[in-house]
Amino acid sequence: MDQVRVIEVKQSVFADNDRRAAQLRRELKERGIFLLNLMSSPGAGKTTTLKRTAELLKDEIKIGVMEADIDSDVDARAMAEAGVRSIQLHTGGMCHLDADMTRQGLDELLTEGGVELAILENVGNLVCPAEFDTGAVKNAAILSVPEGDDKPLKYPLMFQVCDVVLINKIDVAPYFDFDLERCTEYIRMRNPDAKVIPICAKTGEGVEEWANWLRGQVRGWRSFS
Amino acid sequence: MHELGIVFHIIRSVEQVAAENNLEKVSAVVLELGEVSGVVPDYLTDCWRWAAAKEELVSGSELKIETLPAVTHCDGCGRDYPTVAHGRTCPHCRSEKTWLLTGNEVSIKEIEAY
Repeated sequence: MDQVRVIEVKQSVFADNDRRAAQLRRELKERGIFLLNLMSSPGAGKTTTLKRTAELLKDEIKIGVMEADIDSDVDARAMAEAGVRSIQLHTGGMCHLDADMTRQGLDELLTEGGVELAILENVGNLVCPAEFDTGAVKNAAILSVPEGDDKPLKYPLMFQVCDVVLINKIDVAPYFDFDLERCTEYIRMRNPDAKVIPICAKTGEGVEEWANWLRGQVRGWRSFS
Repeated sequence: MHELGIVFHIIRSVEQVAAENNLEKVSAVVLELGEVSGVVPDYLTDCWRWAAAKEELVSGSELKIETLPAVTHCDGCGRDYPTVAHGRTCPHCRSEKTWLLTGNEVSIKEIEAY
């Protein structure tokens, strides 16, 4: 048998994904497509928030949504009922999407031209999706009041990688000992630049501020492409 | 839970290195894993056994894991301290203005092949 060779590599396991994500972002820039990666725990209100957001933006920006789940297509159908082009991605048991999986989803989503804002609704999970750069232009997380205001301390990476954090279900805060100020402080401790917007996707409270932020981001990205 | 995804990325990186170096068969992959990388070594080796068996290049190879200690630096007093024992609050001055120096690595150190 041949002698064993030792090849020194010294490379992060995520390096390859990071390269592919950066490449995807460059291509999106050239095509004038803004990709938002939306993350949260299961049940924090990603789909409901997206439906509300689409109501406010769909007449001025063409939106396409990719729903990533381990199984089922209930989310994609909910978005389609709201009048937004959507596709369902199945992760085959995986707890997150990486840059290649996102690209595959985009290829399908963009077959129908004209999408200006592509939104990836990532798998409901506060841990793994934060570790893989999907190629998105901006990352957003939703933290819902019943989850507790200490989550930024317990899952710091998620809050570190996010450009904006939506605090959803703010209408029930009085019943859950949820302190918005404390939560914001915990988020800022991990990420001083994060924008924090309290919303209630069900009633629509605060959603306009979020939609305005998103509109500004999409316009900024497209105007320089 | 994310271990399987990480294993797929390791295999892909190993395939690239193998192609660049004309390696036919990998016998071991040495991985450096930080103490607070959030990756569970036992799950990772289980996933490795399952996924590596499906790829000719790495089937039957061993995943060797070397743990790197986590160290946090405190901006409050300028000292370093072990992260696992004290978390994000500096044990010397109680400051919360701290950041991780090392400990979240998930990197391929080397590949043994022939």
